[in-house]
Amino acid sequence: MPLPYYVSPEQMMKDKAEYARKGISRGRSLVTLEYGEGILLVAENPSTLLHKISEIYDRIAFAGVGKYNEFENLRIAGIRHADVKGYSYSRGDVTAKALANAYSQALGNIFTQDIKPFEVEVLVAEVADANGSRNEIYHILYDGTIEDERNYAAMGGQSDEIRRFLKDHYKEAMALDDALQLGVRALTVTQNKTLTERDLEVAVLDRTKARRKFRRIPLEALGQLLGATR
Amino acid sequence: MDGERWRSLFSDYSNSSFIEVLRRESPHLVPGHETAPAAAPPEPIHGTTVLSVRYRDGVIMAGDRQATAGYQVASRRIEKIFKSDELSGIGIAGAAGPAMEMAKLFQTELEHYEKVEGENLSLEGKANRLSQMIRMNLPAAMQGLVVVPIFAGFDEKAGLGRLFKYDITGGRYEETNFDAQGSGSKDARDSLKKLWKRDLPRDEALHVSLEALIDAADEDVGTGGPDLVRGIFPSVKTITRSGFGDVAEEEVRRVCEAILTERARSGNGA
Repeated sequence: MPLPYYVSPEQMMKDKAEYARKGISRGRSLVTLEYGEGILLVAENPSTLLHKISEIYDRIAFAGVGKYNEFENLRIAGIRHADVKGYSYSRGDVTAKALANAYSQALGNIFTQDIKPFEVEVLVAEVADANGSRNEIYHILYDGTIEDERNYAAMGGQSDEIRRFLKDHYKEAMALDDALQLGVRALTVTQNKTLTERDLEVAVLDRTKARRKFRRIPLEALGQLLGATR
Repeated sequence: MDGERWRSLFSDYSNSSFIEVLRRESPHLVPGHETAPAAAPPEPIHGTTVLSVRYRDGVIMAGDRQATAGYQVASRRIEKIFKSDELSGIGIAGAAGPAMEMAKLFQTELEHYEKVEGENLSLEGKANRLSQMIRMNLPAAMQGLVVVPIFAGFDEKAGLGRLFKYDITGGRYEETNFDAQGSGSKDARDSLKKLWKRDLPRDEALHVSLEALIDAADEDVGTGGPDLVRGIFPSVKTITRSGFGDVAEEEVRRVCEAILTERARSGNGA
C-alpha cells in the first residue's frame, strides 16, 4: 500500500490561493462607488439576465465576480439570512455587517476544508440612513478575508489597476451621472476599448427611495446617463 | 458518481419560497407550528370590515379602523389593508393576531421570491400561495381563530384589476366586481350591489367604497364608522398599473363628510 504523500500546509494554501486567484482574474471586473445620494454598482456584464449585482434587503445589495454558480449560491444564502432575520426581529435589524461576517465565515471554511476553493469575490454594500450614519461597503475574498472599504471598491480581473485609477480620480458627493462615467472609465482602464450601455450592468442603492433602496438602472436610462461621454 | 445528488436540485421546487426556508431553518417561526389549543382564547381581538372594488384603472381596497374584543373596542386605529408588493394588497378580517402575522409572512414570501428569482410571481401565483397559507392556519381556525383575507391586485398580463376571496379551508374564489369580508361584510356587499357600476372612474369608486363602509358601520356593531371627533377615517388604497398607492386621509375625510352631510340632508340611508 502506498503511503499517503505529505504536502505542507503552506504549500497547500498557496496552491489553493493561486487556483482561486487565477479563476477570478479570468472574469470581468466590477466597481462600487459612493455618490451623493447612495451607492453605485457597475459591472461589465453583457448578459441582461444573469446578474452579478442584486438586492439582498431594504438597504443592502450584493455583488459577485468569478464563477457564476458559486456566487449565485452565496447570493441566495444571503437573501435567506436577511429575510429570516428581518422576519423574526425587525427590518431595521438586518445589517450588512452581520451578512458580511457570515460570507467571510462561509468562504473561509470552504477555503480551508474543501478540496476546491470558491473562485469568487463578493461585496456587500449598505446605504446609510438619512440620519448621519455612513455607508458601509464590505469586500470579501475567496479565502474569507474581509475588508471594510470606503468611497470605492473594485473586484475581479484587473482590480489593482482599477483601484489605483479610482484613488486618483474619486471625488466625494458626485452626481449619479458623474459617478457612473467615472466607474465606466475605471472599468476600461486596462482595456483598449469603450464600454456601451449594452456591456454594463448597473444598479444603485438610492437613499432617496422609500423602504427598498435597490434599483436597477434600465438600458435606456443608462444610455442617457452615459450620454455626455460620447 | 452520485447522480442522485444533482438530480435532486431539479426537483426542489421550493427553492424560492421563504416559508420553506423558515420551515427548514426556524420551524418555530412558522404559523401553525404549535398544535392549536383545545379552545380559542376567551376573547381574541377581531378586525371587522374590509372590502375591495374593481374600477376602471384597477382595484380599490378599503377597511374600517376598528378592532374589537368581544363587545369592547380593542383599537380604534388598526390598519387592515397591507401592501403585499408593488402590484397587490391584502385586506385582513378575523382574528387580528394570526391575520397580521399572515399578512407579514405573505409580504416576505413575495419579496423573497422576487429577489431570488429576479422577477415577480404572477397574480394567479400570488393568490394561490395565499390560499396555501390560509390552509396552514386551518387547525387554529377550527378553534375559532379564523383568518379570511381579501386579496386584490393588478394583473399585468391581463391589464386589469382582479380580486379574490377565501374561505377558512384555503378555498380561493375570484370575484369579478367587488367583495367584502368580516363582520360587516354582508352590509357592505348589499351596499356595493346597488352602487357598483362597470368601469367606474377613480373618484366614483372611492365614493362607492366609502358608502359601503359607512353602511357596514351603521348596521354592524363591530365596524367603526368615520370618527369625526378623533379624526379617524377608513384607510383606502388603490392598486393600478403604476403600483400600490395610498388615498390621502384628507381626501377620504372630504368624501366621508360629503356622504354624511348628504345623508343628514336627504334622510337617505337613515
